[in-house]
Amino acid sequence: MRDDRNQKAAAGTASGSGNEAIQYVTVVIGGQLFGLKISQVHDVFVPESVTRVPLAQPEVQGVLNLRGRIVTAINMRRRLSLPPLEGGQTMMAVGIEYKSESYGLVIDTVGEVLTLAANSREPNPTNLDQRWAEISAGVHRLDGQLMVILDVERLLGAMMSEPIAA
Amino acid sequence: MDDLLREFLTETNESLDVVDVELVKFEQEPNNATILDNIFRLVHTIKGTCGFLGLPRLEALAHAAETLMGKFRDGAPVTQAAVSLILSSIDRIKGILAELEEAEGEEPTGSDDDLIKQLEYMSEHAFDDAQGGGAAAAEAEDAPATGATASHDADAAAIKPLDQSLERELRPGEVSLDELERAFQETAIEIELPEPKPEPEPKATDVASISEGGKSEDAHHEKAPGDKKSSVSNQSIRVNVETLEHLMTMVSELVLTRNQLLEIVRRHEDSEFKVPLQRLSNVTAELQEGVMKTRMQPIGHAWQKLPRVVRDLSQELDKPIELEMIGADTELDRQVLELIKDPLTHMVRNSADHGLEGPEARKAAGKPEQGTITLAAYHEGGHIIIEVKDDGKGLDVDAIKAKAIKSGLHTEADLEKMTDAQIHRMIFAAGFSTAAKVTSVSGRGVGMDVVRNNIELIGGSVDLKSVPGKGTSFIIKIPLTLAIVSTLIVESSGDRFAIPQLSVVELVRVQNNSEHRIERIKDTPVLRLRNKLLPLLHLSSLLGMETVANADEALDQDNGFIVVMQVGSQTFGVVVDGVFHTEEIVVKPMSTMLRNIAMFSGNTILGDGSVIMIIDPNGIASAMASHASSALAEQDEEEHDERKKFVDHHATTSMLLFRAGSAEPKAVPLSLVTRLEEFQVSEIERSNGRDLVQYRGALMPLVYIEPSHAHRTEGTQPMLVFSDSGRSMGLVVDEIVDIVEDKLNIEVGSDQPGILGSAVIKEKATEIIDLGHYLPMAFEDWFVRKEMASEALTKSLLFVDDSAFFRNMLTPVLKAAGYDVTVCDSARAAVQVLQSGRKFDVVVSDIEMPEVNGFEFCEALRRDPRFRSIPVLALSSLVTPASIERGRQAGFDDYVAKFDRPGLIAALKDVLTNETRAAA
Repeated sequence: MRDDRNQKAAAGTASGSGNEAIQYVTVVIGGQLFGLKISQVHDVFVPESVTRVPLAQPEVQGVLNLRGRIVTAINMRRRLSLPPLEGGQTMMAVGIEYKSESYGLVIDTVGEVLTLAANSREPNPTNLDQRWAEISAGVHRLDGQLMVILDVERLLGAMMSEPIAA
Repeated sequence: MDDLLREFLTETNESLDVVDVELVKFEQEPNNATILDNIFRLVHTIKGTCGFLGLPRLEALAHAAETLMGKFRDGAPVTQAAVSLILSSIDRIKGILAELEEAEGEEPTGSDDDLIKQLEYMSEHAFDDAQGGGAAAAEAEDAPATGATASHDADAAAIKPLDQSLERELRPGEVSLDELERAFQETAIEIELPEPKPEPEPKATDVASISEGGKSEDAHHEKAPGDKKSSVSNQSIRVNVETLEHLMTMVSELVLTRNQLLEIVRRHEDSEFKVPLQRLSNVTAELQEGVMKTRMQPIGHAWQKLPRVVRDLSQELDKPIELEMIGADTELDRQVLELIKDPLTHMVRNSADHGLEGPEARKAAGKPEQGTITLAAYHEGGHIIIEVKDDGKGLDVDAIKAKAIKSGLHTEADLEKMTDAQIHRMIFAAGFSTAAKVTSVSGRGVGMDVVRNNIELIGGSVDLKSVPGKGTSFIIKIPLTLAIVSTLIVESSGDRFAIPQLSVVELVRVQNNSEHRIERIKDTPVLRLRNKLLPLLHLSSLLGMETVANADEALDQDNGFIVVMQVGSQTFGVVVDGVFHTEEIVVKPMSTMLRNIAMFSGNTILGDGSVIMIIDPNGIASAMASHASSALAEQDEEEHDERKKFVDHHATTSMLLFRAGSAEPKAVPLSLVTRLEEFQVSEIERSNGRDLVQYRGALMPLVYIEPSHAHRTEGTQPMLVFSDSGRSMGLVVDEIVDIVEDKLNIEVGSDQPGILGSAVIKEKATEIIDLGHYLPMAFEDWFVRKEMASEALTKSLLFVDDSAFFRNMLTPVLKAAGYDVTVCDSARAAVQVLQSGRKFDVVVSDIEMPEVNGFEFCEALRRDPRFRSIPVLALSSLVTPASIERGRQAGFDDYVAKFDRPGLIAALKDVLTNETRAAA
């Protein structure tokens, strides 16, 4: 029943998308579709030879060398309290720039680029898991599934902890 | 003009620094004509340039100073007062230059008449009795200085009618033509130009006829020394520092790329790239060296200001001081040089102020009246050692101790155990100054800690040695350059790390059967190294990469390497699994997200293209120190234990007051009570020897506070209902009195079961009910329910709360939820338990605790690699968004209100399941 409603709503927005359109790069994390604003995505790469960073926050998978730049890889599954990806599947990473530093969001797979109308975005459902709600900028209803908008600023901003005075 | 001005500023500043040094030298050797000539020439050049650039204020001041020096050259006696006056003129010039730079070429307004008058007066009376010099300078204020100038100029005018073509009086900064000519001739002779000297006369005449004559003449005048300069400076050019920095970065990148190429070729044996790559490698190395050289400057540059500083201090403090400088030509990176300038100055000031005694005290101690401060610099294995030494009285250990106690840094007992060297080092602690009184020189409490910080900032270290009566010496160890660091690549638990060579003293290979082996004193691993015990730490446990048990195992195998490191005066061994090689690396800053990890100073890309973390020796040293100090905390804990049992609990609590059995009021925290109910006595049924009521479709057992007490036989019976996980219990009371908000402060403990103790509530002694006693009376298995136990009992929980009440109240609740609970009544005790090696799956901590509060406790846990992965829940009666945020920052995984028991249990489940997921 719920699905039906979603489809209808999605169809409705597609036909009446007269206002500002935003392009999203979709990624899948633990079966859930997420969307990142295309302007924020610098590149997509396979994270290889990631160096662990001991003592870092658990979400930090490590650091890696991406064409001479040191990129901090963030494991999105851990960030979203999801179990790690089963058995040796290749992970992908989305390279983003935040405050002139390079970060890589490690995700399951990269999907496609979607153009969605800004006014079809809906706020987070109030009962959304706290850890998810923190980094979600809203939800788009697509055909048959929901796309959660990943708010990069909030995701990374929240992880920047003030250095603890020793 | 802009470029010209910038050039002028750099050049003049450099010249002034030289003048400073030379003047101090000159004061000591007044008969040394070479020094005087040198100074004279420099000041003269400054004056000339100022005139050319149209800076009348500077020009006038420089002129007056030059005139006085001219008198010295003519044989006037050199007095201290005169030199001081010139020095202060130089200072004023510097000040004006600084403002000039800020205002981008606009000369600041203001008058230097005060100085100029004094200078002129002193010039006039230069040949008077030398003794009168000082007094004369003071009188100069009143002296009709303008008159003096006028007469001076008038003389000049009378001799050389040419001046009249100016049709006005010469300004103080301007010179008459005859002086100019004289200067020309002198300068020409001094510099011995190889080519025939230019004929000044015709040009001078031309120039003099135009109205801007004065200035142009000076400009022209300037030309002679300028010519000479260019012949020398043809061989050197000024390069913007930024250009050099950029060049350096590029070379660093090149080095990295070269390393990567070398690594690739190493894997392919007969590669045709081998030979050209070898060549590339050599060229790169040479290029690197060359670029480094461009940044190298003799350390003497950083010392330039010191003779002046010492001279001024010597006068101000009335102590004769000699400054000895050894190894001023030792070269180091200019970036480093800039950064140590201030710390060095500060240390020299310190030595002069409270290192050296006054002349009387020195005489009494049998030392020469003149104190000596020695600055020495030399290379030692890839870094530079700078020593600042005085032959004063040494550090006053007692004064430091007293100060340490007063400022609460250490207790007397701690200090007793410390060695003198440890106590000496306290002067590097923040806000520490032992100067008895605050002088203008030092003793303001900002001092050695800033010095230490600045030095540590550039990867250096500072240590001191002090011998009572003999003096103190500070030893600074700094890297040659910041751009490229030589590091040792080590392995620990399968990961590689880079340790800066600067702090590595030696490597020791340990094996069970070899002469070097790891021994232990009560679980603390140590190494006997040349008759000294070296404390050891496993790198993997420092970095929290292994559980404590594994680390011990690894240590037990006792095969590996110990990197002996020295940070400041702290020496310790870091156990690693393997040591690879040394590699020159370019430190790249870590991303902001990782910057709070004190164990790392940066990261870099290695030759094989992988990223490696660079260990920060200072981080390890402080982790080491906190390791040691936690042992001290244990002892404290025992002493305070008794006293702390019933500590003030400041937060107020909502309490339900009731009466049951006896007449005294009883109380229970309202938040524990699920509901207040009244039942008809007739509804109470008796079954299986217990009283029950039907409550919401189930039977609810009733519990009486005092079973012997007579029960009511009719009417209604009030009771408090407590519910947990679908079970309810009714606690039968006589009367519900009130609900009050008050501080819960159990003052008298109780031995009586069911009563925690007594507290003053509403100004009446009130018994606080121990719910943990009554709950099992309703359901014997209230606390041990099998369906929970099977899964959860494996989880061990550490519960920290200073209040006995909450300990007693929540422990049963936690046990009921199936946790294996260990209780501590303070953060200190908790740390002690954790340190003892017991493992906990989760920690629940109160926030408001005396001494160490929950935030601090959690921060401490998060800092310690061994405990940072344990989830910690905050438990507080104070739940506001701000405190929750504060808790999150401190590192708490969740924040629960104290009386929110279901919330606590849910939160515990939450963090523990997350934990297992993350670990899976």
